[in-house]
Formats: sequence, structure tokens, C-alpha cells
Amino acid sequence: MTKLLEKIGAETLWVLETAGRMGVFLTRSLASLGRKPFKIEPVVRQVHFIGARSVFVILFTGLFTGMVLGLQGYYTLRKFGSEGFLGSAVALSLIRELGPVLTALMVIGRAGSAICAEIGIMRNSEQIDALECMAIDPFRYLIVPKMLAGVIAMPLLTAMFDVIGIFGGYLVGIGLFGINPGAYFQGMYTSVVWADIEMGLVKSLVFGLLMVWINACKGYYLHLERSGGFGAEGVSRTTTDAVVLSSVSVLVWDYLISAILL
Amino acid sequence: MNAESTTPPVVIELTGVEKSFGRQTVLRGVDLQVRKGRTLVIVGASGQGKSVIIKHMLGLVTPDRGTVRVFDQDLKRLKRNDMDDVREKFGVLFQNAALFDSMNVYDNVALPLRERTRMEPAAVHDAVLEKLSLMGLEEAVDKFPAQLSGGMRKRVGLARALMLKPEIVFFDEPTTGLDVHKSNELYRLFYQTQQQLGYTAVIVSHDVPKIFKLADEVALLAEGRIQGCLTPEEFQLSDQPMIRSFVEETMGHLYTSDSEENGFYAQVQS
Repeated sequence: MTKLLEKIGAETLWVLETAGRMGVFLTRSLASLGRKPFKIEPVVRQVHFIGARSVFVILFTGLFTGMVLGLQGYYTLRKFGSEGFLGSAVALSLIRELGPVLTALMVIGRAGSAICAEIGIMRNSEQIDALECMAIDPFRYLIVPKMLAGVIAMPLLTAMFDVIGIFGGYLVGIGLFGINPGAYFQGMYTSVVWADIEMGLVKSLVFGLLMVWINACKGYYLHLERSGGFGAEGVSRTTTDAVVLSSVSVLVWDYLISAILL
Repeated sequence: MNAESTTPPVVIELTGVEKSFGRQTVLRGVDLQVRKGRTLVIVGASGQGKSVIIKHMLGLVTPDRGTVRVFDQDLKRLKRNDMDDVREKFGVLFQNAALFDSMNVYDNVALPLRERTRMEPAAVHDAVLEKLSLMGLEEAVDKFPAQLSGGMRKRVGLARALMLKPEIVFFDEPTTGLDVHKSNELYRLFYQTQQQLGYTAVIVSHDVPKIFKLADEVALLAEGRIQGCLTPEEFQLSDQPMIRSFVEETMGHLYTSDSEENGFYAQVQS
């Protein structure tokens, strides 16, 4: 019984400690936003890494997501004789939910894991200590460009995902099932309103921040990990944790934002 | 000459520093002073926390108890900007050199100048090349840290540490993992650059007795405390049981320093 209590206590402390660290991390990152010298070049480089290099993956997954939505949507809507709504069904599910969420999950897998591993290795090999000793703020130098890039790249990637997904739905609906192309777009045109776009935008901005925040934070505090963050295994374990945690948070926040904005 | 007038001011002072990591107590009340322009060498068995002392001086670790004062300022009370001002006067050569492994040698050495000064790229270029040639690294400019040998990595680390003309330079195990020839080379560079720039040096090292020849003062860390901070000669003749056993263990019973010392300096200066 005491053992159980001890375990619960230890777990609670650990969760609080981690939450506190995450809070401190975000605060310090935001505080470092205004620190000089601000350089644009690292931000551009990170946008290239997080954004440009994810484009192919995003287009690919977006296309197939749209196609499967077209397929499933067509069979469901046909039962009610309302195939004409296929366009709005595809567009709304993509813009409000699937676009931001799937884009975030793909980018976490591609770039989030890399961010965690990169910063974790820098922590392990004293590179972050070296930065601090040179009076170079690691938050300004390392973290801020990544955060800005996450917030810039994620909405853009989401927009691409949405557009190519709508095109995928079009391919299946019109190419395979012979729906009237005018009806596909007209339905979309009348049912998608600014609030839908806004919801997708808010989500992608939040997910962009979450992705960098959680992954970078896990890497940055690698040495404080309970399981011992040292060595190659420590980096790999922490990266896995970070990817899982950020993916789960994306889904949780997706629900929360939907609940708030709807 | 009387002793007081020749004693340079204290630049780093640790008083009663205690530090534990989890359940493991590493430092149990460390008192230590570093004087301007001098070379302090911290020796002791592995795992005693010598590097932890350096990390306290750098402000990377805060003590559980006790104070660390650098340039007469308590590090614990410093705001981030003031801490940066203190650290601007530091140069650090880390144990594994801690080079940025995704940058080449040139960018590694240029980083402090690019991030901390407003120097023009052309001036940065000249300064970097000058330091690299001083370290004999002209050939390695475009290489990445992973492509360098251990000795070269340390030299790049030293070049980077000296870029901003530091007042205090910290060396964490500067020659661990290097062969005798490479160690001597590094000692030569240390001696040469210290003569040139006049910096204060704090060295953590295992390389006894050779390191004694560079030291003004030697401090032994054992059982979480500084067992004595003495000149190399006094250190070797000390009656303090722990120092005595350390000296006997690492260098045998007798050691005649004078003749060897002169020989060594003749060698390093050549």
C-alpha cells in the first residue's frame, strides 16, 4: 500500500516537474524573441527544413486523404441520394479537421523528431553548455528560429494539404463516379465559410507551436529525463517520447480548439 | 619583496560550495580562490567532481549551498544579461571540445565573433584565419569536427575559446585521450597564448606530474573538499596525508622539479 502511494506520489511529482519545465521553456523562448541580435537567416533555413522539405510528403498524403474522402463520402452520401454534397463534405472535413491534424502529425514525424534529436545531441555533447559559456543565448540562437519556422510553415503546409486533398476528392468523385464537376465546386462554394478557414488556421498555428515546443523542450532538457537521457539510447528514447507526446497533444488540442470555436 | 604587494587580486572565489545530484553528494564545502593572471590546476581522482567545480565557476550549475563569486559578483544573484557580461570574459575548452558538429571548423571559430560582436565579415575572416594558423589548423578550415583527430578538435576548441580575448580560460581535461606528443603540443599552445594574452587559467587535469610545470597553484579535490591549494613545489612536499598519498600514487616518492622544469620550458618555448 505504501509502495503504491509512493509510486503515485512520484508520478505526480514527475508530471508536475515536466509541466513546469515545459512552461519555463515556453516562457524563456518567448522572452528570447525580443533579444538582439535577431537574425532572419536561421529562420529562413528552418522554414526550409520544416516547411519546404515536407512539401512532397504533405502533397502525397493530402492527395490520398482527399481521394479516400471522396470514395467514402460518395458511398455514404449515395445512401441518402445526396452525392451532390460530396464537394462540401470533402472540403469541410479537410479544412476543419483532417488538414491541420494530418499535416501536424506528418510534420511531427518528419521534422519534430529531427528537432528533438538534434537539440538532444547538442545537449549531450555539451554544445548547449558551450553556447551558454560564449554568452550566446541558446533560446535565441537555437529555439526561437525553429519556433517561428514552425508557426510560419505549418499553416502553409496545411493550406497545401487542403488544396491537394480537395483535388483528390475531385479526381475520385468526377473521374470515378461521374459526379457533375460544377456541383462539386458549387457545393463547396456555398457551404465553406470564413469561420471554417479560421478554425483550420488557428489549429495549424497552434500545432506548429506545439510541435516545436514539445520536441525542442524534450531535447533541451534531455539531461533531466528520469530514465537517464544519456548516450545514443537516451536520445532515441527521448525522441520517441517527444513524438508520441506531441502527436497526442495535437489530437487533444484539436478537440479543445474545435470545442471552443464551434 | 613582501608577499602582499605581489599577490594579484582574486577573480573567482568559491566559498563553502555544496552540491548533490539526486542522492549523490559531490561537493561538501569547497573553498577555492583563483587569482588574476595565475594558472590554477585542480587535480584529483576521477569522479570526484572536478568538472563540477568548473561548471559552478561558469554558472552552468548553481550550488545547493555556498557562494560562487566571479569578478566580485555572486553568480546566483546575477540577471541573465549581467551573467552574459561575465561570461563574455570567459573562454572554455570542454572535455570533448564541444564543437558544433553541424558546422565546419571555420564557422565554429567564427561563431563567437558573429554572434557577440558587430565585426564585418571580412574582419571576421581575417581574425579566424589568424587564430587557426596560430593553432596550425590552416588545412582543416573546411573540415567538420567529425573529420578531425582528437588533438585537432582540442586545438579548434582552444581557438574558439580564445576568439573574444577572454580574461579567464577554463580547461576541462585538456589532454585526456591525447598521446604525449599531442599533449605537449597543446601545452605549448597554452603556454604561448597565455604569455600573449595574459589570461587567468583554471585547468582540470589528470596529467600529473606534467601539468605541475604549467601551474602556479595546485588544488587537490578529494572527498568533496579542496584538501589544499599550494604551489607545485609545496604540493609535492606537503605533509597533508591526502595530498601526500595522491603525490605518491601519481608520481612516486621523489620528484626533483627544478632541472626538469627548466628543461620543459626550454622545450615549450622552442
